Amino acid sequence: MSAYRPPHISAHEITPESVFLDRRTFLAATAGGLLAAAGTPAFAAPLDAAPGRYVLDEALTPEKDVTGYNNFYEFGTGKGDPAANSGAFEPEPWSVAVGGLVAKPKTFGLEELLAFPLEERIYRMRCVEAWSMVIPWIGFPLASLLDRVEPLGDAKYVAFETVVRPRQMPGQSGFFQPLPWPYVEGLRLDEARHPLTILSVGVYGKTLPNQNGAPVRLVVPWKYGFKGIKSIVRITLTDKEPPSTWNVSAPQEYGFYANVNPEVDHPRWSQASENRIGEGGFFGANRRPTLPFNGYGEEVAGLYAGMDLRVNY
Amino acid sequence: MPPLPALPRKYHAASVWLLYIVGLVPAAWGFWLGATGRLPGNPVKEFEHLLGLWALRFLVATLAITPLRDLLGVNWLRYRRALGLLAFWYVLMHFSTYMLLDQVLNVSAVLADIAKRPFITIGMAGFVLLIPLALTSNAWSIRRLGPRWGKLHRLVYVIAAAGALHFALSVKVVGPEQWMYVALVAALVAWRPVRPRFNRWKRGGGRARLNEA
Repeated sequence: MSAYRPPHISAHEITPESVFLDRRTFLAATAGGLLAAAGTPAFAAPLDAAPGRYVLDEALTPEKDVTGYNNFYEFGTGKGDPAANSGAFEPEPWSVAVGGLVAKPKTFGLEELLAFPLEERIYRMRCVEAWSMVIPWIGFPLASLLDRVEPLGDAKYVAFETVVRPRQMPGQSGFFQPLPWPYVEGLRLDEARHPLTILSVGVYGKTLPNQNGAPVRLVVPWKYGFKGIKSIVRITLTDKEPPSTWNVSAPQEYGFYANVNPEVDHPRWSQASENRIGEGGFFGANRRPTLPFNGYGEEVAGLYAGMDLRVNY
Repeated sequence: MPPLPALPRKYHAASVWLLYIVGLVPAAWGFWLGATGRLPGNPVKEFEHLLGLWALRFLVATLAITPLRDLLGVNWLRYRRALGLLAFWYVLMHFSTYMLLDQVLNVSAVLADIAKRPFITIGMAGFVLLIPLALTSNAWSIRRLGPRWGKLHRLVYVIAAAGALHFALSVKVVGPEQWMYVALVAALVAWRPVRPRFNRWKRGGGRARLNEA
């Protein structure tokens, strides 16, 4: 383990919440004014949650970076695109259809998802592009949702699917579309049931902003960020390994497992170290060594006993 | 086609110096934004990408001088050395940012990247090839090297191709921006074998026939 040096983020560098919310109101208003006209913003509303079981003792990444530096190609491929282009997205009403190899298939409305006992969990997030954040998610274990639908004995995997709404998601329309839609992801059932795996409905004490995957997204902290599929509309239990979008698009670069692993490089860059976003600024050395399983090895390494993680990257 | 209004000769030298100054503005602006904490997210990467992109833009501009003269009759040859040298300075700053601010002088990591990552190998090759061109971009070298100077400076075609490829291979999904630079460099390089025939046609009957029609 490397010695951890807390960063020095002075208070003035953090965007005041009022300014932050003003910007969002502005985005919503320019996006057609539907949400603003309704009187209540449909996202980033305060959300209460109990302190969770997993709370990391590292400095949080500033909220402006967590909500302003995102990969969500449905809204564009630039890091600022999701925040800039997601104003027209309507995360309410919403439902998630859970089915496949289950005894009790069920469609969960957003109210039902928010009714699960919510916890705040502070997790590391390691992007496959060699940068990382520390994020206070609000959510509940995916296992609690799976328990409700009672997976059958032959269910081995869980498949996830993002919404397709070309009119609200500019990356899904037009001449250049970077990925095939819908974005899909998958986990092995034991990974999906692991207590660290959560469905997140909020961040930084509020419901999820659109650019972070409103209204519900997956968070699997020991895997690269692209496994954390956003704006989920469908969850299907299957007996075959489900496709995952980046694996389909570049199989030699992105595996199905995508566990954070400093020993296995991406073909085009090293995964040995990472840039912690929001720290160090321009001249500070904000590069730190990447930890196996993103530092969650104690909890999850057992899931992969006997597997060659160089082959199953 | 009516000729563009020509810049009076007495301003030629000054306009070249102005180009050097204006050309360095994006780097200075980006550095100021970064150093004062105004670049969002990952400021070092933002700055690194800005420098790389401007290097590529100056390479494209350097290669565009000859076709502009052939096709539009605009002679901007006096700016070509400045454009080429600006490209070199931006590549040098791009590499220095990667080395100093991004990898924080972790020489072994940088060497491993150069050896193992094709897009970095290609980018580095382009940088190394640019060095002799930058060193010989002066009147003394042109006199000294004679016809060999022209041959040496044909390396710029390889360098520009390396730059465009480096950009395209560095991203997760090759998008319109990368394709645009690949296409621009390809078109500008492809013009070179075509231009002797085009210029002969222009001098000969081709143009006259067009004018009669």
